[in-house]
Amino acid sequence: VENVRLLDRLSSRKAALGTLYLTATHVIFVENGSETRKETWVLHSQISSIEKQATTATGCPLLIRCKNFQVIQLVIPQERDCHDIYISLIRLARPVKYEELYCFSFNPKLDKEEREQGWKLVALNEEYNRMGVPNNYWQISDVNRDYGVCDSYPTEVYVPKSATAHIIVGSSKFRSRRRFPALSYYCKDNNASICRSSQPLSGFSARCLEDEQMLQAIRKANPGSDFLYVVDTRPKLNAMANRAAGKGYENEDNYSNIKFQFIGIENIHVMRNSLQKMLEVCELKSPSMSDFLWGLENSGWLKHIKAIMDAGIFIAKAVAEEGVSVLVHCSDGWDRTAQVCSVASLLLDPYYRTMKGFMVLIEKDWVSFGHKFNHRYGNLDGDPKEISPVIDQFIECVWQLMEQFPCAFEFNERFLIHIQHHIYSCQFGNFLCNSQKERRELKIQERTYSLWAHLWKNRADYLNPLYRSDHSQTQGTLRPQIAPCNFLYKFWSGMYNRFEKGLHPRQSVTDYLMAVKEETQQLEEELAVLGERLANLQKSQLNDNNVNSKQQDRCKQLGLSTSNNSLANTPQEYSNDLKSFPSRSSSQGDEEDSALILTQDNLKSSDPDLSANSDQESGVEDLSCRSPSGGGCLPSEDSGKDSDEAVFLAV
Amino acid sequence: LLRSSQPLTGPNRKRCREDEMLLGTVLDEGERGFIIDTRSAQAAKQARMTGGGTEPKSSYPQWRRLHRPLERGRPLQESFIKLVEACNDTSITMDRWLSRLESCRWLSHVKAALSTACLAAQCMDREEASVLVHGAEGTDTTLLVTALAQVILDPSCRTLVGFQGLLEREWIEAGHPFHLRCAHSAYSHARLKQEAPLFLLFLDCVWQLSRQFPFSLEFGECLLLTLFDNAYASAYGTFLCNNEKERCLCKVQQRTHSLWARLNQPGQKQQHLNPLYSHNALVIWPSVEPQSIQLWQGLFFRWIRSSQHLDEAWAEIQRLTEGN
Repeated sequence: VENVRLLDRLSSRKAALGTLYLTATHVIFVENGSETRKETWVLHSQISSIEKQATTATGCPLLIRCKNFQVIQLVIPQERDCHDIYISLIRLARPVKYEELYCFSFNPKLDKEEREQGWKLVALNEEYNRMGVPNNYWQISDVNRDYGVCDSYPTEVYVPKSATAHIIVGSSKFRSRRRFPALSYYCKDNNASICRSSQPLSGFSARCLEDEQMLQAIRKANPGSDFLYVVDTRPKLNAMANRAAGKGYENEDNYSNIKFQFIGIENIHVMRNSLQKMLEVCELKSPSMSDFLWGLENSGWLKHIKAIMDAGIFIAKAVAEEGVSVLVHCSDGWDRTAQVCSVASLLLDPYYRTMKGFMVLIEKDWVSFGHKFNHRYGNLDGDPKEISPVIDQFIECVWQLMEQFPCAFEFNERFLIHIQHHIYSCQFGNFLCNSQKERRELKIQERTYSLWAHLWKNRADYLNPLYRSDHSQTQGTLRPQIAPCNFLYKFWSGMYNRFEKGLHPRQSVTDYLMAVKEETQQLEEELAVLGERLANLQKSQLNDNNVNSKQQDRCKQLGLSTSNNSLANTPQEYSNDLKSFPSRSSSQGDEEDSALILTQDNLKSSDPDLSANSDQESGVEDLSCRSPSGGGCLPSEDSGKDSDEAVFLAV
Repeated sequence: LLRSSQPLTGPNRKRCREDEMLLGTVLDEGERGFIIDTRSAQAAKQARMTGGGTEPKSSYPQWRRLHRPLERGRPLQESFIKLVEACNDTSITMDRWLSRLESCRWLSHVKAALSTACLAAQCMDREEASVLVHGAEGTDTTLLVTALAQVILDPSCRTLVGFQGLLEREWIEAGHPFHLRCAHSAYSHARLKQEAPLFLLFLDCVWQLSRQFPFSLEFGECLLLTLFDNAYASAYGTFLCNNEKERCLCKVQQRTHSLWARLNQPGQKQQHLNPLYSHNALVIWPSVEPQSIQLWQGLFFRWIRSSQHLDEAWAEIQRLTEGN
């Protein structure tokens, strides 16, 4: 469709005119204009909702909201076209078969072996070995080898040595969805462990010998402690209500030597609504500080983030400081349990704060343990009540920790944002379906590519320049302060306002420091080489000219000087806050026009900067694939060729 | 960029030929200027009753007046006190923190100050028009706007020495009454009438700029904290008294030492510099969206929460950039 306008949220005046295309996998907007044929690509999988707004004189507005928080506002000239696009997008954004998803047509031009290698990059059996299991206390069990015991669990689980197959099977029958207690993290320093499960089917008074034996086995697997924490991550009221449905929680009287604890994280419906409210705040036009802070508080979002973090901190403390093992569950053990176990692991073990380790963590606690990616993130059209930003919250917890401990993580904010993006993009096969069983049935590994390999290949973009494995911040357990409100949670505008370039610092400190680090390294290598050559001076002819020209080239390549071009930025509309001054009142002679807005009539007619504000990449984030063959799917961020700002995400 | 105090128009709409001529000399034939009045239109009108007022359009035809009310005086001090109380309150839970923060209004004041300074800068840089800024007395919000506008517009004000010069010019020599304004700070129960944290608000705004433009200021947060400390209590005479006249009478230059001299000593200088600094010749336009304005934790949580991890991060940044 031609003559479509793409509006800028912060300034409705700055609209780009172009053509809209719909393909099998993307919506593409191509801007008219000779020099920069700017393209905005949106994957159908990313589309969260489409809203047709009231037709105005200028055309029919169509608002596309994406799961990666991109908001695209289009104006279609003809109502009929707008309607057609709307209907098509509704259908395209709600696939019914897996085969419709992009990952099955995405072709990064790798051969079969490379594809396989990509999938092997993250291997969980290696991870458990690294942890130190199997050992005297823990063993692998293949009781679930055909998914016969629990269809949402992996085929290989780790259980205490004294847990026989009989105990495991018995326990699974007493647990919601058959998700029996299994090992998530083992701390070899003190034998404390984090185990996870779902809620017991205890109702008001039911008991199960095998389940009680299972918990005993877990406790015994830690000889250093005479009791076990059982942490129910639900609010007490919800857990109690579950008893009426024949489920519930562990009774301390029935299970020997457990200490039971409620942590109180709300359920997926509350979280879904919380995010919704927060996004509404983000969509406010020219909000005041009041609007924003009130709106953010009303959403409750940061409160929930804190609740998840507090739970993780409690568990990490239990393991690291008290040396006590913890069994964590919620209702079904695949949402809050996953969040809390992975946060705790991250706090406890510096390995998970490395790039590879983080991928392993997600693979372990989210992918292998059957987090319902399809239901939660809407790979396929499904029940809207199942949708919830569960992993988004975990990823935000990591970001909040990164802000608190800037030297402790090997990866940077961009890494997190790209992972979140691809959980929803369905460009890679890692986050499809609801369980390992489903993924194997669909032969995901043979038919799609692994995100981990892709990120690993581009890992230079994801490094944190402040990370040093020998730094005091990186080693050991992370101990964030919890009370009283000391760990102040910030609003993550890098994620939720990701595509609003005007909001973010113009230059990335991360990128600059990485470049500095690289240059220093190269210079040091150069120094070493020169040192050698000097030592060999007597032995062979040395051509100094070669060395000099190489040095110059390298410095040019690095382009370290923060040249003027990359710093240019343009003013936003500072007069837009209409609330702060009265409207144009009828003039009374000396009564001045207090509501001056620097509108285009006031300003000079040809102000190139204003018309080009947030020009490049409004919506063309580096993730949008330039072509279905996806050769350059994640190019590193580009400083635009035009003199205007190169906008980067902040560190 | 010009600054003054309010014209004494009064209830009878007095005129002053000299004042009109003075402002007339600033503009060429046919040129237009902007007057940014830091009071609301209503407050400015009410000021007439007590002898003050605004420039009537008929007498100053080339000047266009804009009102951008900025908080000052007692309400600003209250805002500051409430914020400090909130930060110290150990009983606040996460679900109440943001509304408590909002009720202090401090961040709204930061947003308003930045927006107004940006407006002044925009008039000058984009419109190439002269700007006159005044409130009532010309000693508080006026200076906040003119000083901030210069940091935004002028790269030389963003160097360590340039910034000191800016402070000397726009705050100290311009007659901001430091002695009255920076008397007891936030913990004192004596709510002095003349006390108001305008200078702190300015420093907060500069901190916001340093966050949004991490490479563009030659100095770091450490300098801003040092300035905050010294405005209230100092071993140096730089921030003493209320104006040049008083400083002359007290013989400040002969009897005290200058803070600037101390700061510019090689040993001291180092800790106040920003390791990421790289000269930026352009205007820096901040975002004043609420998401872009953050609570200055380094100041407001300075004694409440350890900054160890952030300090370590800065040490690392220092190490990386020094090595280069």
